[in-house]
Amino acid sequence: MKEKSLHKRILADRLFKGMVVVLSFVSVTPMFLILFFIIRNGISVIDWSFLVSLPKPMGESGGGISNALVGSVILMVIASLISLPLGILAGIYLSEYRKARFAYFSRLSLEILQGIPSIVIGIIAYVWIVVPMGSFSALSGGVALGMMMLPVIVMSTEETLKLIPDPLKEASLALGVPYPRTILKVILPAGLSGIVTGVLLGIARIAGETAPLLFTAFGSPFMGLNIFKPVNSLPLLVFNYATSPYPEWHTLAWGASFVLIVFILSLNIIAKLVTRRWKVQF
Amino acid sequence: MESTVLKIEDFSAGFDDHQVVHHINLAFEKNRITAIMGPSGCGKTTLIRCINRMHELVPNATYSGKILLDNENIYDTDPIIVRRKIGMVFQRPNPFPTMSIYDNVVAGYNLNGVRVSKGDKDRIVEESLQKGALWDEVKDFLHRKGTFLSGGQQQRLCIARALAMGPEILLLDEPTSALDPKATAHIEELVVELKNTVTIIQVTHNIPQAARISDFTAFIYLGDLVEFGTTEKLFTVPKDKRTEEYLTGKFG
Repeated sequence: MKEKSLHKRILADRLFKGMVVVLSFVSVTPMFLILFFIIRNGISVIDWSFLVSLPKPMGESGGGISNALVGSVILMVIASLISLPLGILAGIYLSEYRKARFAYFSRLSLEILQGIPSIVIGIIAYVWIVVPMGSFSALSGGVALGMMMLPVIVMSTEETLKLIPDPLKEASLALGVPYPRTILKVILPAGLSGIVTGVLLGIARIAGETAPLLFTAFGSPFMGLNIFKPVNSLPLLVFNYATSPYPEWHTLAWGASFVLIVFILSLNIIAKLVTRRWKVQF
Repeated sequence: MESTVLKIEDFSAGFDDHQVVHHINLAFEKNRITAIMGPSGCGKTTLIRCINRMHELVPNATYSGKILLDNENIYDTDPIIVRRKIGMVFQRPNPFPTMSIYDNVVAGYNLNGVRVSKGDKDRIVEESLQKGALWDEVKDFLHRKGTFLSGGQQQRLCIARALAMGPEILLLDEPTSALDPKATAHIEELVVELKNTVTIIQVTHNIPQAARISDFTAFIYLGDLVEFGTTEKLFTVPKDKRTEEYLTGKFG
């Protein structure tokens, strides 16, 4: 090999490496910028009373987001109650009957469901639940979010269970353990960390959804625990306050965004810890 | 006085229209070790997976013929019952990764929802681990995860787990193929000792191993039972030319 062409190669190598590093930096900057803005604008309003008091009418200072926090929790619980049992069972089906025609069809449907814009899912929940029941409600919002969460749960369950070696299932069956018990007591526990991670990421995904709630949960200035009545949620509150003309409300919107971001970030971090700590060694 | 405990009569098995083993007839003596030997892919694993009805778990599995345990066709018995009477140990050690050593041994009871008192469980664990020649090595940390053990120890744990159910027959599917020579020797010693309590059927493609530990040997080639007899006779004066060629390393 000639000295000159070798030189060229080393140069190209360095250039490429440099480019990759620079571009990686560029790709993480938006995240840091967003965090920076939200912390700078939001942290000033965060205190205990912000978290536990209700929004005040325009003109009065202070006010908090307690109703949105409670509403968000209600919506997430409803969405989880719907999507966890369905999603985990469907995930078991897909990993157990990988080649079945219906499994292929379900997988495709879930991929399509995942691609449906959230606003459309909101409209569907509106038509299915809000219209027949005659009122906006936490229930309809929870159903809309549940539909968004479902594909995440199914796919993470399927992927996790697929990784569990078959001999483990055989070990249980060979002890005369019936198939359903084998799935529930051997396979599911072995895949628990992956499933829990999927659930946490699923919740993180819906925690910030606004569009499907616009005509389902609708939002409300009051504290509400009734799932048949409208409730507020953090992203709805941010949406309503940020689009209002009042600077005080803008500050509250920043504060609520901050709380929301911290919540989602913590879920992601917990999900990572769960994966690492509970990892089952085969 | 020797007595037949398990009998395979005109048994064939395969997948879809591809038959893997053809019209096998075999009889297994009580408290003896029978080795099923043959080159890779000859159908020996398929055959023993039929003995505890694991074969039929594969979606496109086919089978025909009879397998009699104590003169009762296992294909007329519930597979769950069959598997409790006929234990199995697999090629690779597969202890339950979420369970402690203790729970692994009594997994057959726990997973089946059989209520056993704490005292009985303690006794079953100690007895089974002792039979599995693992008690002395693990008695001080029974509540640690089974997956912390070495490969050979894990395999002995799997043997103890199968023995805990008190099976009549223990199927060993190349139990040492994933282990180093030292662990292999340990398992072989253990298997020879175990024949006092249980009838053993072992699949192997390791010719010397079959010679070392088994009382009877069946040689299977391309899905056919070529020869069956006492290990001594089969290894010294094989009747079939194919057996002789296999034993002398001409193929396989």
